[in-house]
Amino acid sequence: MTAPALLLVASALFSIGLFGVLARRHAIAVLLSIELMFNAVNLAVVTVAWSRGWLAGVVLALFGIAITVAEIAVGLALVLLASRMPGRVLLDELSELDG
Amino acid sequence: MLPLALTVLAGPLGALALIGLVPPLRRSGRPAAFVAIAGTAVALMAAAALAAPFVTAAPPAPAAFELVWMPLGTVPAIPFGLLVDGLSASMAVLVALVALLVQVYSLAYMAGEPPSSLGRYFAYHALFAFAMLGLVLAHNLLQTYVCWELVGLGSYLLIGFWFDRPAAGRAALKAFWTTRLGDVGFALGIVVLWSAAGTFTFAELFAKASSGAIAGGALTLGMLGIYAGAMGKSAQAPLHVWLPDAMEGPTPVSALIHAATMVAAGVYLMIRVAPLLALTPAVAEAVFAIGVATALLGASMALVERDLKRILAHSTVSQLGFMMAAVGSGGAAAAYFHLLTHGFFKALLFLAAGSLIHAFHTNDIFSMGRAVRAMPVTSACFAAGALALAGILPASGFFSKDEVLAAVLAGGHPVGFAILVGTAALTAFYIGRALLIALVGAGSGASREAHDPPPAMTAPMLVLAVPALAFGIAGPTVSRLVAAPEEHAPVVVPILGTLAALGGAAAAWVAFRRGALEIRARGPLAPLIRALERRWYLDAPFEWGYRVLHAGVFRGIAWLDRYVVDGAVNALAWGTWGAAGRLRAIQNGRVQDALYAVAAGLVLLAWLAWGA
Repeated sequence: MTAPALLLVASALFSIGLFGVLARRHAIAVLLSIELMFNAVNLAVVTVAWSRGWLAGVVLALFGIAITVAEIAVGLALVLLASRMPGRVLLDELSELDG
Repeated sequence: MLPLALTVLAGPLGALALIGLVPPLRRSGRPAAFVAIAGTAVALMAAAALAAPFVTAAPPAPAAFELVWMPLGTVPAIPFGLLVDGLSASMAVLVALVALLVQVYSLAYMAGEPPSSLGRYFAYHALFAFAMLGLVLAHNLLQTYVCWELVGLGSYLLIGFWFDRPAAGRAALKAFWTTRLGDVGFALGIVVLWSAAGTFTFAELFAKASSGAIAGGALTLGMLGIYAGAMGKSAQAPLHVWLPDAMEGPTPVSALIHAATMVAAGVYLMIRVAPLLALTPAVAEAVFAIGVATALLGASMALVERDLKRILAHSTVSQLGFMMAAVGSGGAAAAYFHLLTHGFFKALLFLAAGSLIHAFHTNDIFSMGRAVRAMPVTSACFAAGALALAGILPASGFFSKDEVLAAVLAGGHPVGFAILVGTAALTAFYIGRALLIALVGAGSGASREAHDPPPAMTAPMLVLAVPALAFGIAGPTVSRLVAAPEEHAPVVVPILGTLAALGGAAAAWVAFRRGALEIRARGPLAPLIRALERRWYLDAPFEWGYRVLHAGVFRGIAWLDRYVVDGAVNALAWGTWGAAGRLRAIQNGRVQDALYAVAAGLVLLAWLAWGA
């Protein structure tokens, strides 16, 4: 596959993830969509680095994956806490941060 | 000299600050009074020490102290300063002395007031004393103007002291408005002189004017403006209408402000700028003519008045006319001498009148009577003041009026001289009338138990009686204070003056010796008497003017303020409120709504970066 095709896949993944973040109401579905967006970005980074021969970019992608895992751990913990309260896994109901 | 001059101002100012800033002191009444009296006493002692060197045979040179108050870039800065010369130092003594005596007198006269009002009263007194002393010691026109307005404020507050009386409120407003009318001219005059000469300071103005550095037209215009201010304060016709109404204030206030000091401020200012007046003959001519007219007008209105205080107020108007006539004909020293003696004897007359009013509970001279036996001290003091006012020989008024008449004659005004001699006869007549009816006559109040007031009231009167009778010998000293050459009047002047005074007094004796006798508005003189009782119908135009202003301009301004100025502010407030109500709906706390905004922003940024 060529670099433009890979970048096209990455932007498709990002858009799907963005749609999921904006449109899904369940917290876990939103977390999954965020993962999708992360991976799209990682894919784009690796693609550009690989096509230009920059190894540093590939290493950066590895770091990105590690950070994503940590972030997911925090996110899941939050969702678990929210789910202890009845019916509070829907993002629309977690609106205490209003002004 | 500077520390002394500052002490003169610091005394009353300290008292004002203490009474004004410590509410428990103000509400306590008499302690506040003692604070004010102490402040004035300090001012009096400092002023006396300040004036003492100037009455010696070898007076020191005038001293001026100056601080930069307001730097103005390229043009000279506005200074703040004190001018100590014979004129200002001796005037400060008069102001502080009369203020002190009046405050002591007020202790007894106002004893019936509730403590908090009494504190307010003495706070006003301290304010007035400070402003008046500042006016006297000012060394430039702008500072004079500032103190001038403060003095007007003090007068307004004290006339309206009994603000629950509608008449007092109206009188205070009328006094304020009428003097403001003149003050507009004063402000314009200061600006004209400043733009022509580039300075506010008296000494620099005199130097520039005498060297011809100020254009003649500008000088005349500026002096006219300053005279307009003096007209308002010193109750010159036709701006005299406020002074009789100002008698609504407490009597000691009338003695201090509306007889001895504030109303003399206009004359004092004209004496101060006499070197400029000498260069503007047209203005001097106007000062003289209006002065003579005012003298006659005031004396004529006093002839038929029934209210004792108003008789004295009309008399003050008339005497101020005498002083202005002297200033206008080049006799600043004579005017100043008359200012001083008038300060003493008119304050004395007012204090004696206050004690009569206190005893008889009325202002109407026809409701008083037989006070001579019941109130010997008061009667003697009133008689001493009347003697001085009428200008009968041993009393001080004789000497000063003599000098005024001589100055008018020397200034080349024989007609004005004749009118003033006639006015002197009227003066003796009206004060003789008041004295005979109120003290000797058997009015309706005569049978009532009247007695002399407590010592706090008699002592100030007795102190004032001394200069009222004996200050005449100080004539040469006063000339030296103003640095004027001593002039010897033709001997005909004192003879004519005495004849006029004795003639007026004799006429009063013939007409009123049997006591209460009303002048009936009948016979050929009836229209004249009615006109006099209505004060020459001069109040009506002012009332009409005020009403027109009120109905037209002020309502318009009020409407503009309420609906346009306030409206703009309110519209802004309501607009913000409404917009906020709508905008806060955005902040609903839903993460995904915020993310929509982020995504839209992202798209916008991308479009800006690459698309456009």
